[in-house]
Amino acid sequence: MCGIVGLYLKNPALESRLGELFEPMLIAMTDRGPDSAGFAIYGDEVGEGWTKLTLRHPQASFDWAGLAARMQADLGVELDWFQNANVSVFKVSSDEASLRAYLSEQAPSVLILSVGQSIEILKEVGLPEQIAETFQLRKMKGSHIIGHTRMATESAVTMEGSHPFSTGMDLCLVHNGSLSNHNRLRENLKREGIRFETENDSEVAAGYLTWRLRQGDSLQTALEHALQDLDGFFTFTIGTRNGFAVMRDPIACKPAVLAETEDYVAMASEYQALTTLPGIENAKVWEPEPATFYIWERDA
Amino acid sequence: MKSIDLAVAEVRELNQALHDQASECLEREWEVLNPKGQHNLAVGIDQNLSVEVRGHAGYFCAGMNKKAHITVHGNAGQGVAENMMSGTVRIKGDASQAAGATAQGGLLVIEGNAGARCGISMKGVDIVVKGSVGHMSCFMGQSGRLVVCGDAGEALGDSLYEVRIYVKGEVKSLGADCIAKEMRPEHLEELAELLNRAGIDEDPAQFKRYGSARQLYNFKVDNVSAY
Repeated sequence: MCGIVGLYLKNPALESRLGELFEPMLIAMTDRGPDSAGFAIYGDEVGEGWTKLTLRHPQASFDWAGLAARMQADLGVELDWFQNANVSVFKVSSDEASLRAYLSEQAPSVLILSVGQSIEILKEVGLPEQIAETFQLRKMKGSHIIGHTRMATESAVTMEGSHPFSTGMDLCLVHNGSLSNHNRLRENLKREGIRFETENDSEVAAGYLTWRLRQGDSLQTALEHALQDLDGFFTFTIGTRNGFAVMRDPIACKPAVLAETEDYVAMASEYQALTTLPGIENAKVWEPEPATFYIWERDA
Repeated sequence: MKSIDLAVAEVRELNQALHDQASECLEREWEVLNPKGQHNLAVGIDQNLSVEVRGHAGYFCAGMNKKAHITVHGNAGQGVAENMMSGTVRIKGDASQAAGATAQGGLLVIEGNAGARCGISMKGVDIVVKGSVGHMSCFMGQSGRLVVCGDAGEALGDSLYEVRIYVKGEVKSLGADCIAKEMRPEHLEELAELLNRAGIDEDPAQFKRYGSARQLYNFKVDNVSAY
């Protein structure tokens, strides 16, 4: 069991309240996933030619200011950064490949949680309520957000094994379910050059999408291939730069509920997680069909 | 009417109050406010009560119901009216998967759509769905009737025993051992009576009947080499 929640704002006037609206949704899914939680929030976008990284170091006392200064000097880039608990968000006037190369050489103990222009991924082991508090979720602003509460079944309870998983620039995935062919698939993907941090099955789904997108698939085509190649149970919610997508496997034993009003689209494993949203009493509420994609994106 | 507000009371208090009516019924009419998708609402009732749930219900609502008439004014989550014995459960909105699972009697009416596996392993209940049902509905259904006024998803009636299934719309595919059958006068009569009890205005002549081909009942010696 795990819990998934997502909130996509159609009404920009609500963007300053995204974190406040989302926090109770995440906490409501504690009984489905009490061991770890995380979320990917989209907003505060950087401009063309800039890259935004979410970085994590196991030590809270890590010298982020020092790293930022060294990066600026060594790479000759402009850089803006802020710290949130033991995670830091770096906005750099450079590209993904140069930044990854620099960090793997100069700061190998720093883990890259997300890369993009808009996305920030924050996740930890612990109760969803504690994690929301640690990162001050309720104060966050943005256009959309997806989150996950984990009850581990397939691999260890670690920060690395918690969701969301980054699947490429501004893309991430959360998963409720279990995959049965993840070992074979992981080996195949490793040969294709996809790197894995854990033995987690959901990370394989994320890696699979990264690989398909690298092959030039659109998100929709990548998901169509995923339906063929992933064996097991899943409800996925995928965050994209402009919105999010929901997909359930053909057997559809993992739950999902969608709700839509003029102001937002919301997704959750159970309706209980949606009850604090404004106007939910009159929202259109329905269950997504098996093996069907639901994609909401605002115009780029 | 006795009203229980779940913004204040716990689900256990609600269910205990309803169970207390079994030995001596002091209050017939009940109303549940602010259900907010909570699970296990109004389960295990054993009395001729009327219960109105004002909002969406979570999993297993009205499970194991005996005698009571329960209406959900919203959607219901997985396993609504599972193992119902008698009485009536009516869902004004949609029901999620496994509605009426293993239910042995009574009437389940879903005014919206039902998800996958509606009526899975049903054992005598009557289910009337005004909308459509999802895949694997009536899987291993043993007895009772399933009426679908909309469409049915893949593998309807797979490994069916003796449930009679009536569908007005399209059937995406029939499951193993489920076949279309002739609609005889007694079936039109039975269907008219079910639609009438469910309060749904449809013409029985527009429906098709499906049932078991009864080819999976016994082991066939010709298949022995497959094992």
